[in-house]
Amino acid sequence: MKEKTKHVIVAGGGVAGMEAAGSLAEMGIRVTLVEKGEDPGGHLLQWHALFPGRRPAEEVRKYLRKRIAHENINVITRTTVEKVRHHGHEIIADLSGGTQERADALIVATGFDLFDAHRKEEYGYGIYDNVITSADLEEMFNRKRVVRTDGSVPSRIGFIHCVGSRDEKVNNNHCSKVCCVSAVKQAIEVRKLLPECEVFCFYMDMRMFGPYYEELYRESQEVHNVNYIRGKVSEASVNINNRLVIKVEDTLAGRPLKMELDLMVLMVGMEMSKPGARLAETSGLSTGINRFLESADHHYGSNRSGVAGIFYAGTCTAPMNITDTISHSRAAVEETVRYLGSK
Amino acid sequence: MNSEIFIWPFNLGLYFILIYSVVRSTIWFRSLSRADKLRLQRGFFGMPFMQSIREIFMESLLHRRIFKKNPVLGYMHMSLAFGWFLLIVFGTIEADFFGERHLNPPSHAIFFRWFNPEHGASGLAAIYGHWMDFLLVFILSGLLLAVVKRFIPGMMGMKKTTRHTWTDRIALTSLWLIFPSRLLAEGFTCGVHGSGGFLTGNLGAALTSFLPAADIAPYFWWLYSLSLGTFFFLLPVTRYFHIPVELILIFMRNSGITTADRWSAYSEVQTHACSSCGICISVCQMSRAAGINDMQSAYFIKGLRNERDIAAITANCLMCGRCDEVCPVGIELGPLRLIERRQGERPATRLKFIDRYGLTRRREQIEREPTQSYSYLVPEEEEQADVLFFAGCMTHLTPSVIVAMKKIMESAGVMYRFMDEEGGVCCGRPLMLAGRDREARELINHNSDIIWKSGAKTLVTSCPICYKVFRESYYLEAQVMHHSEFINLLIEEGSLRLGYLHRRVVYHDPCDLGRGSGIYDEPRAVISYVAELQPVPEARSMSLCCGGSLGNLTLSSEKRALIAADAAGTLTRSAPDALITACPQCKKTFAQATETRVSDIAELVAVALPKPVRRTRSRSSANTVRTVADG
Repeated sequence: MKEKTKHVIVAGGGVAGMEAAGSLAEMGIRVTLVEKGEDPGGHLLQWHALFPGRRPAEEVRKYLRKRIAHENINVITRTTVEKVRHHGHEIIADLSGGTQERADALIVATGFDLFDAHRKEEYGYGIYDNVITSADLEEMFNRKRVVRTDGSVPSRIGFIHCVGSRDEKVNNNHCSKVCCVSAVKQAIEVRKLLPECEVFCFYMDMRMFGPYYEELYRESQEVHNVNYIRGKVSEASVNINNRLVIKVEDTLAGRPLKMELDLMVLMVGMEMSKPGARLAETSGLSTGINRFLESADHHYGSNRSGVAGIFYAGTCTAPMNITDTISHSRAAVEETVRYLGSK
Repeated sequence: MNSEIFIWPFNLGLYFILIYSVVRSTIWFRSLSRADKLRLQRGFFGMPFMQSIREIFMESLLHRRIFKKNPVLGYMHMSLAFGWFLLIVFGTIEADFFGERHLNPPSHAIFFRWFNPEHGASGLAAIYGHWMDFLLVFILSGLLLAVVKRFIPGMMGMKKTTRHTWTDRIALTSLWLIFPSRLLAEGFTCGVHGSGGFLTGNLGAALTSFLPAADIAPYFWWLYSLSLGTFFFLLPVTRYFHIPVELILIFMRNSGITTADRWSAYSEVQTHACSSCGICISVCQMSRAAGINDMQSAYFIKGLRNERDIAAITANCLMCGRCDEVCPVGIELGPLRLIERRQGERPATRLKFIDRYGLTRRREQIEREPTQSYSYLVPEEEEQADVLFFAGCMTHLTPSVIVAMKKIMESAGVMYRFMDEEGGVCCGRPLMLAGRDREARELINHNSDIIWKSGAKTLVTSCPICYKVFRESYYLEAQVMHHSEFINLLIEEGSLRLGYLHRRVVYHDPCDLGRGSGIYDEPRAVISYVAELQPVPEARSMSLCCGGSLGNLTLSSEKRALIAADAAGTLTRSAPDALITACPQCKKTFAQATETRVSDIAELVAVALPKPVRRTRSRSSANTVRTVADG
């Protein structure tokens, strides 16, 4: 008798979930991909171009769409996995619509949420005009129009690093890793789009961890004249000309600094996603002090949950760039397949 | 009589404690400042004396405040204190009235039954005997509760109780032994002689029926005298010293003496008047929400009393003032902690006198020549204004409050000057809370200069932290108003036209505005004017701290988050549409701790302002038309 086809549920249809679904399907495993949004794609759907090479995000989106266009993959959208439990060797997932899905294993790929910039009230997001987030700026790049609320072209833009990352005040001590290089990439794009516009980045440290990131950082200074000031912005206000006034301590020069800006971009960090946190709570998956899912082993088991048949892929475990997310996701598939074979 | 030697432990103890109390009170009185001495002298011959007598009766004997908070705990204290008091009073009368002679030494009243074993057979004396027995039952019932409380604090509604030192334990044991040993001593003696009231008589008869009562009785009289003597001898070095010291405290307080900002004899009296009851631990949010149980005021005072190293305890406090509110003795716990913060670190062991002197000299030196200075602050140009608005550092971190205040003042037509729009100098209170008064004074002088030069009649601030320090530590001609008071004034004057918002909201009293400054009604009046205000648990003087207090520089952010979540949870139990507060710090802290929308009172009012009439441009009017058509 032919062995029954194995079935795996993938919770989350972002980069990690799509890659995992594609890899599993290729191996002849039936996959149910559960996505909370209208379409799979996750945060990548909003992105215009990717660091370090500034290639269009559409190229990676196209790759991932092709990856999940497979007869073994069933995509369920506008749905989340609310709870996972074991029933013998079977895994039962309760979905948000009230339905249930049974499978042999489950991969959690619930990803991250962008930090809500309203929570850092001193920067005035939602209070002042012309305070935007890095995600809002990416939308502007998509429309090829970087302008102020009144439609005028900004002559000075400031990027504020570490908004909601490495900040005890908002209970986030972790580094979101990708915002530094995102700011460098976005600063270059602004300079290319608006050659007359001055660009300042206010940073704590520049963490250029990936290949070609340091080169990009250097290029931004040498070729594109992006200015970097080490210091955390303490507060922002608006002056009579409706320009933003920021207060910052220039820690290299050792003096306080006040600067007027036309547009302020908040480099919002990554937090554990809300559906992911809910799933962890209902299903007894352990989370770390950074609130991301805690893997069974930090070094050689970062895809394992500690619960048989449940595996982790991508940024539900920690902030990651796309390259690392895809690698992590493939490793999750390898762990899953090994588990299915051992049953 | 040979066996009368047994009265000597009691006699020695009593004379010791009397002499000790007199000497100690004299030392305290002598070290009071000249002004406080005068206050006390005047108080002694005036109304304050009568008030004190009344307070001593109501609080030290009846324990009215504890009664209000917890009737069982109140009864326990009342039966022990008031019962013992009555026993002494009526015992003295009994000895005087029925004894061989008048004006007996105290031991004759205390050991009356021993000296008059046949007494109380009939008539008035018998009734009196029943009455004395009743008093003993009254005390013993309280003692029973005390024993239960010691071992099962939860049964008395106490969540936490303080840990005892070994001297406390010995004193406690001797205190517990006093009344049972009296009962048995009197019982045996009455049994032998066939006398006694309903309790001692019957108990005595029962015991005598199977025990050689005449031989046993002296042992219990010895035990009775020894426990009294031990208790009196240990009194000065244990928590029970609070019993006599509280009387001194009451006289001092009613004469108008306050803690002020320096260590004084009054501070010392307060530390000795603490009974370590632990009520401050039960209300402390660091205990109930963050599991910190070793830095509450009871431990702080105990450390002060025993001159231990309490630097960590001193620093680790939100300074919210909830314990001040509930302290049954009325000790000014917050001000005492501030005094200690100013002193800097204390050494780990008890100081020798000579070292203590050296430390005082060093502190005076530091106060004369501060190491840090704000000499770089340059006086600002004078600028006239009727109303000055001072946002303060914290409000600059919540720009939505500034935006709302600007809208409100513009709508009401207030001609104001925004004192720190371009950034200002701190009001000084965070430095004061950290014990750095000298540095704070420099900032206060700088700001006072600006305010005086402006000629402003009113100084409005949207931060309760600034408000408290402006009112208490600045010398100003301008009337200081918190923005909630100012908005209330604008509404009452009729200069602010507001709509009604159909929202259910709750209000959180910020520590420095409510408990700290007594402003409870104005914010409520403003909120009720524009929305539906719902009640919350622990409101007004028992309001919870948000956890973001500037008064604590050592608490970790994780612990703060626990306190904030607990407080926000309590406030939003009725699932309101918004949680309203009147302090930028509370707003920021709560915003991280709850899903409920958190707004400042000014933001709520700004939403209720009539929509400004916009000059419509052709494009936007076209939009409106289209929207209407779509609708």
